[in-house]
Amino acid sequence: MAVQPQTNQAVTTGTEYIVRCKDVVKEYMMGTQVVRALNGVTLDIVRGEYLSIMGPSGSGKSTLFNMIGGLDKPTSGSVFINDVDMAQLDAQELAFLRCRTIGYIFQTFNLIPVMTALENVMLPMIFGGLSTDEAIDRGIELLKLVGLGERLHHKPSELSGGQQQRVAIARALANNPQIILADEPTGNLDLRTGKEIIELLRQLNKEQGVTIISATHDLKMVDVSDRIVWIRDGRIDRVEERAAVEVRVGDVEGTPG
Amino acid sequence: MRKDGRQVERLQLPFRVAFHISMQSVRIRFWRSVITAAGTVLGIAFLVSVLTAMMIQRNSGAVTDPSERYRMTWLVIMSLLVCLVGITNAMLMSVTERYKEIGTMKCLGAYDIFIVELFFIESALVGFIASVIGWFLGVFAVVLIKLFSEGFKVFGWISPGEVLLYLIYSIVIGTLLSVIATIIPAQVAARMPAAAALRVEV
Ligand SMILES: Nc1ncnc2c1ncn2[C@@H]1O[C@H](COP(=O)(O)OP(=O)(O)O)[C@@H](O)[C@H]1O
Ligand SMILES: [Mg+2]
Repeated sequence: MAVQPQTNQAVTTGTEYIVRCKDVVKEYMMGTQVVRALNGVTLDIVRGEYLSIMGPSGSGKSTLFNMIGGLDKPTSGSVFINDVDMAQLDAQELAFLRCRTIGYIFQTFNLIPVMTALENVMLPMIFGGLSTDEAIDRGIELLKLVGLGERLHHKPSELSGGQQQRVAIARALANNPQIILADEPTGNLDLRTGKEIIELLRQLNKEQGVTIISATHDLKMVDVSDRIVWIRDGRIDRVEERAAVEVRVGDVEGTPG
Repeated sequence: MRKDGRQVERLQLPFRVAFHISMQSVRIRFWRSVITAAGTVLGIAFLVSVLTAMMIQRNSGAVTDPSERYRMTWLVIMSLLVCLVGITNAMLMSVTERYKEIGTMKCLGAYDIFIVELFFIESALVGFIASVIGWFLGVFAVVLIKLFSEGFKVFGWISPGEVLLYLIYSIVIGTLLSVIATIIPAQVAARMPAAAALRVEV
């Protein structure tokens, strides 16, 4: 494994980082103009933490979501998941990573409209090789966990936004991922429903130990986050830790921004 | 197994599941399916009407002009090509409408080939149904027209076995036509990046 030489070895061995971003730069071409959506982001994310990426619209949150989720490649710099450089993965391995290691939650819920709630939750399990019966059992269990045990056979169009997001959370959990990556999960929800979804994510983080990385500009997220990374114009502005006794992430971010 | 020895487990989409998803997609996006089907229905209806008209003429004892036959063959081939373009166009629109859904499937682990598979099954289903409808319309239209011009003796000029054979031709040609027309759209869909799941506007 090619560990970056700049990395402080004492830190890497002391704590377990599930995601590490190293000088990530992402540029998009807009016609002839180059838009630099990420401008050198270095960020280590600890296994099991609840991390919020906060910043105004257009600051690069979704772009960072794409980089960490293996949905797009950085222009330069690298992203490691479980110490594996994602640039080294071929298409098949990336698909496997998306299926098994990461669960995605989107602002617009993104349920497959032609499938029922249960079928949506089952799909990643089917991809992963579970039999239909196993997938049904686990799908029902997960939908019960998110409070939708009564809506198994509803189509997304028959569910409210909050219910759709719950299905999406159940689907994200389908293959027991290590990471849940959420992009503005409360962006299309009203205040109360948004709060419920945040509570649910926090509960899953605590009970299942899944690392949650959430891009958001919803300040309700601040209360539940272990750490908040503020980004601005594609750079890390500052990293805040919840005042609590989070010693384990003590000296990780020496020089934010 | 990769060259560096890391084991990669294959993800899968069983045919049964793919078929179910495609079937639901045809059903739920009914009007979009109708637009895609329209091309096949028209093409097949024209093909079958030409075949049926020729059969009736032959059985009536009238002499067929061989150059007429040649001309009609060309016309049928050209019409099928036009329909092919029509189906491709309708399917491409369907792909652009579904960018988010395709991106999401990729986020859940779908390989490009899964997406191709879903589109092919869907177009085969639509093509199959459209062919049956097109066959029926083709036969029906010609028999109706001949009934007006020739009277009830037309029924004596229809060979049921041959008409049923046209159904088989129709299904084979129509389904194939629909699937071939979907090659390019399916390719476009398969290349849709997973990041499309996050896109807000088209
Ligand atoms: N696919 C793209 N093509 C061109 N520019 C993009 C693309 N995605 C994002 N950008 C640009 O990158 C910047 C950051 O966008 P984004 O990551 O979506 O921000 P956020 O999610 O924080 O609102 C914006 O200026 C946006 O216009
Ligand atoms: Mg965004």
